[in-house]
Amino acid sequence: MRNLLAVIDKEMKVYFASPVAYGVLTVFLLVSGYFFYNILTVFIQRSMMMAVQAQQFGGGAPAMDVPALVERNFFGIVSTIILFMVPMITMATFADERRRATIELLLTSPLTHFELILGKFLAAMGFFVVMLLPTLVYHAFLYLYSSPKMALQPVLSGYLGLLLLGAALISLGIFISTLTESQMVAASVTFGVLLILWVIDLSAQAAGPLVQEILGYVSILNHFDDFSKGVVDSSSLVVYLSFVFLGLFLTYRSIESWRWRT
Amino acid sequence: MIEVDRLTKRYGNLKAVDEVSFQVEKGEILGFLGPNGAGKTTTMRILTCFLPATEGTARVAGYDVFENAMEVKRRIGYLPEHPPLYDEMTVDGYLQFVARIKGVAPEDRRRRLLEVKETVRIEGYGKKLIKHLSKGFKQRVGLAQALIHDPEVLILDEPTVGLDPNQIKEVRELIKSLSGNHTIILSTHILPEVSMTCQRVVIISDGKIVAVDTPENLTRQQQGAAHIYMEARGSEVELQQRLQQIEGVLSVASRPLGEGEVTSYRIETELKQDVRGRIARSVIEEGFELLELRSLQLSLEEVFTQLTTQEEVRSQ
Repeated sequence: MRNLLAVIDKEMKVYFASPVAYGVLTVFLLVSGYFFYNILTVFIQRSMMMAVQAQQFGGGAPAMDVPALVERNFFGIVSTIILFMVPMITMATFADERRRATIELLLTSPLTHFELILGKFLAAMGFFVVMLLPTLVYHAFLYLYSSPKMALQPVLSGYLGLLLLGAALISLGIFISTLTESQMVAASVTFGVLLILWVIDLSAQAAGPLVQEILGYVSILNHFDDFSKGVVDSSSLVVYLSFVFLGLFLTYRSIESWRWRT
Repeated sequence: MIEVDRLTKRYGNLKAVDEVSFQVEKGEILGFLGPNGAGKTTTMRILTCFLPATEGTARVAGYDVFENAMEVKRRIGYLPEHPPLYDEMTVDGYLQFVARIKGVAPEDRRRRLLEVKETVRIEGYGKKLIKHLSKGFKQRVGLAQALIHDPEVLILDEPTVGLDPNQIKEVRELIKSLSGNHTIILSTHILPEVSMTCQRVVIISDGKIVAVDTPENLTRQQQGAAHIYMEARGSEVELQQRLQQIEGVLSVASRPLGEGEVTSYRIETELKQDVRGRIARSVIEEGFELLELRSLQLSLEEVFTQLTTQEEVRSQ
């Protein structure tokens, strides 16, 4: 436990000493803020148009839940932006330790591999949470100005979904970071792999019914949809947690294997 | 304290370390000497549990490096060839982190931090970022890192590489001052370093141990005969004849030095007896002027070259 905290503490220091961290935070907030603003304006305009039409042609205006639509679309967009951010968060985790030979310090200290990997994973999650935190403000504004007051459940389940999705992608990114000494290589391979996971979802729709079902199950983004609608499905939870477990397990094996190779 | 028994490390067909065995007593400084690529770093990495051995065993403080890795890691301070530093951390922050993962108790950390900084003389640099330090200071922070948990065993991989002469001197003195309380293995490819700091030397070449002994014995053993250098004034031919009659002298080579009748002599004598006194007496008794007389020793460099090249000849 003490070791775990030491690793997390050090990782956080290293994160926030690097300009990459601030770049990632800035870009993420700019892009997500831009999309939030856009989505909000689009739906407000649409609902206003519908209200005008209803007035012109008589009859009651059809119900349109603007906040729910905004939330759903916003979480959908953020889950895609995350694909671009996670490689930046995970690229250095092990690749950089190897490049600067600090891995010799870590592996010759009385730390278990488990403590080391979990510490790095939790620190990356910590950074991820720090990145998401400011976006809470968007929802606060939406809540403040919505009437009747919007439902908060989709927001909560949306963030739960983002955390799970982030955890799955981060564990995969950390694994890829153990495979090379170069941060750049780690980042681009991670990005490629995440992109493939993303595309699987699209190609699943073109494939036959059985393949579609299997690919749909594997596609981690597919599972995210439920969360942004406010539904927490236990099968999605299982899929995400297995992804995290798989990623961390592969990381463990990879570290074990360098000791035998190098 | 450290027992290494027929340690072998293979990378594919290449044997990086080949049946290496040696022991280090408590409080001793052992020098690990060999050309680059001889297997020094690999051996050290096995001892620090960074790499597993292919065959053979190594024990540190009674614990096997493979079976009891955690216990060994707690007792070893390791300075790898490149000091394992995080450039973006401050010296204090870095040492705090190392203290934590090395298992220094929270209440001892502050004290250890101060002690270690004093030992390696970086007291005023705690708040500095590591990336702003010079190479010599980085090396000291590396040493501080290895010392922070007051380990019984210190393993230093080329601790003086890349430092300027003053810094080298300081680091060597530091290492010397650490022996006694710590058992130290240090590797180097610089010969004088070994004779200056180490009590015993292991010479390693192509993964095999070629010699284990004290630096003094090594230089002595390699000589089949002792050599004496002498300068004297007087007839060269006469003196040479006189010298050859002395008991224990094997051969005499002479070379005139130019001024007056001064001649230099290189006298080869039997190893077992010291004939310097006899030579001095007979030179003076015969009425020559004795200007200089000293015994010549093979430098450790020559011994090293002899040992490592003999090894090549043997293996071919």
